[in-house]
Amino acid sequence: MGTWSRFNIASIVLGFGFLYLPIVLLVIFSFNESKLVTVWAGFSTKWYTQLWHNQALLDAAWVTIRVALISATCATVLGTLAALALVRYTRFRGRMLFSGMVYAPLVMPEVITGLSLLLLFVAIGLDRGFWTITLAHITFTMCFVAVVVQSRLLSFDQSIEEAALDLGATPVRTFFAITLPVIAPAVFSGWVLAFTLSLDDLVISSFTTGPGATTLPMKIYSQVRLGVTPEINAICTILIGIVAIGVVVASIVTKQREAQRERDERAAFAQS
Amino acid sequence: MKSLGSIRRSFAPWADPASKPFISVKNVTKRFGDFTAVDDLSLDIYTREFFALLGASGCGKSTLLRMLAGFEQPTSGEIILDGQSLAGIPPYRRPVNMMFQSYALFPHMTVENNIAFGLKQDGMPKADIAARVAQMLKLVKLEKFSQRKPHQLSGGQRQRVALARSLAKRPKVLLLDEPLGALDKKLREETQFELMDLQQELGLTFVVVTHDQEEAMTMADRIAVMSHGKVIQVATPAEIYEAPNSRFVADFIGDVNIFEGAVGGADGGYVRLEGTNGFPIRMASPERPATGGKSAVAVRPEKIRVSRQPPAHAPVNAVQGEIWDIGYLGDMTVFHVRLKDGRVIKASSLNAVRAVEDPLGYDQEVWISFGEDAGVVLKD
Repeated sequence: MGTWSRFNIASIVLGFGFLYLPIVLLVIFSFNESKLVTVWAGFSTKWYTQLWHNQALLDAAWVTIRVALISATCATVLGTLAALALVRYTRFRGRMLFSGMVYAPLVMPEVITGLSLLLLFVAIGLDRGFWTITLAHITFTMCFVAVVVQSRLLSFDQSIEEAALDLGATPVRTFFAITLPVIAPAVFSGWVLAFTLSLDDLVISSFTTGPGATTLPMKIYSQVRLGVTPEINAICTILIGIVAIGVVVASIVTKQREAQRERDERAAFAQS
Repeated sequence: MKSLGSIRRSFAPWADPASKPFISVKNVTKRFGDFTAVDDLSLDIYTREFFALLGASGCGKSTLLRMLAGFEQPTSGEIILDGQSLAGIPPYRRPVNMMFQSYALFPHMTVENNIAFGLKQDGMPKADIAARVAQMLKLVKLEKFSQRKPHQLSGGQRQRVALARSLAKRPKVLLLDEPLGALDKKLREETQFELMDLQQELGLTFVVVTHDQEEAMTMADRIAVMSHGKVIQVATPAEIYEAPNSRFVADFIGDVNIFEGAVGGADGGYVRLEGTNGFPIRMASPERPATGGKSAVAVRPEKIRVSRQPPAHAPVNAVQGEIWDIGYLGDMTVFHVRLKDGRVIKASSLNAVRAVEDPLGYDQEVWISFGEDAGVVLKD
C-alpha cells in the first residue's frame, strides 16, 4: 500500500471536487426552502411534492421512458444482429468499410445526426412526434449496442455453437439455446446503455420532435431558459438517485457473481 | 524377414478384401483461398475401428475431421458414410458426433443438461432422456456432478462431460479432436486406456485427430500419418513403427538413425549398401532398389547394440565410435555414440537389471551394431 502523502490527498480532493461539486450543489439546493436557487433558506422537501402536481413534467417523463424502452429494445435487436454478422462473416469484401460504418455514428456530431434524420422524415413526409423521436433514438443507440455485443462475441468460443449444431440443433435453435444465453450479459448491458443514452438525449430529440412529444430533457432545458427553479433541481436529484442506485446494484451483483465463480472454481480443483 | 502379420491384432477388416469401408473419403480436396489444407486425399475407415489421424499442426488433419463433421464442405471429392454421400448434409443431420478440443461445453447449462442437449434436439421422450443421461453419467463416473456447471469442474471432469455428451446420442461415428490435449501427462495416460475400453464396450467407430504420436500408437487400430494435406502412410501402429514406407514417416514416428549409401549387387532377399559412414550394411528387404542407385536404411535406437567388443558379424552392420552422451531415463538408457566421421548415432538399451557391473561411461571406445532384420530399407 502506498502512503497518503499530502500530494496524493490534494490530487484526490481536487479531482473528485471537480467531478462532484456541481452535482453535490444541485442535490443540496433541491432541498432548499427558498424559491431562489442560490440562497439557502433552510431544509424542505416541498419541491419534491410539488413535482407530483406538475402534469407537464410528469407527461414529459412518461414520454421519455416510453421512447427509451421502445428504442432501447429495438436498438438491441438490430445492434446484436449487426454485431453477429460482422463477427461471423469475416471474409466478405468491404468488411472493413462496414465495421467502420457501424462505428461512425459514435463519433458523428449529434447535430448532424439530428439534422439528417429531420431531413429524412420531412422528405418521406412522416409526421413528427413520438415515433420519429423513437426511430431517431434507435438509429443512434444501435451502434453502441453493436460495439458492446461485438466485443463480447470476439472472446466467444465459437466451438460451442458448432457443438450444438453437431448435436442436432438447427442454426436457429443454436442461436436461441446457446449463443443468446451466453452473450446475454453483453446484450443486456447494450440495452442499458441504449436506454440511458435515449433517456438523456436532448439534441437529436429536439431535431426530430413534433407537437405533443416533449421528452424530459427537452422540458428541463426549456424551463431552465426561463430560470432555474428548485423543482428542476429536485427532478435532477431523483434522476441522479436512480442512476446511482442502478450503478451500485449492478456492480454489487457483478462482484458477488465473480466471487461465487472463483469459489466454485477453487472448490472444483481442490477435489480433483 | 518375419512377417509383421504376427504382431497384428485379430481385428483387421482393412486386410479383408470382402469387407466394405464404413467411411470412405474419396479424392477430397479442401482449399481456403490459395491454401490447400487437404490435397486429393483418399481414405477408408471400417466399422468399430479406432482410427487416428496423426500429423504436425497445419497438416490438414483437423480440416478433414471438420469435413466429416460437416463444418467444412470439400472443395472437390466426396465423403461416403455407411453407403450414403455426405455432400450437402449439414452437421445437425449427420449421424456423427464430435468431441471438441476445447470441450465446448455449454457454460450456462448443468452437466446433466449438457449431456441431454443432443437428445432433446431429437425430441426423445423426457423419461428416456433422463435414463440415457443417468447411464452416460455412470459411464464416465460423474453421477455426483450432474447438477454442476462446467466452471465448477476440473479439467479431467470437463473432458468426461464432453465425452459423455458426444456419446449420448449413440452416434455411428465419434470424432475426437485432440481429446486429451488439455490434460496433464498422468491423467492423459489413464484416459487413453479408458477411451480404448469405452470404444470396445460400445462398439463404435472412433476417428481421433492428434499430434501426439505416442497417443496415436497407444489407442489406434490404424494410423494415417499426414503431411501437407496428404496421407503418407496408413497402417497399424506396429507397421508404421517397424515398416515405415518413407523417410518422412520413419523420422516422424519415434527416433531413428538413417544410414545412406549406394546399393550393391544382388544378395538373395537382402539389400547391400556400400560406403555408409565407413561400414557396409546388409539388410533384409522384400523389395530391392536398383543396383548402383542411392538408398537408405532406417534403424530404431532400441535395435542398436552398444558393446565394448566387436560383434561376430563385424565389419558388416557394425562400426566403432565413442560414447558422447548418456541419458539415463530409469527404464532405459539412451546413448549418443559419435562415429569417426562426426556423425552421432542414437542407441538405447533397456535397464533390465538393477545394478550393472562396470557400466559404459563417457568417452569410451565402443562398437555399435545391429542385426540384418533390425532396419528398414527406405524407398525414397
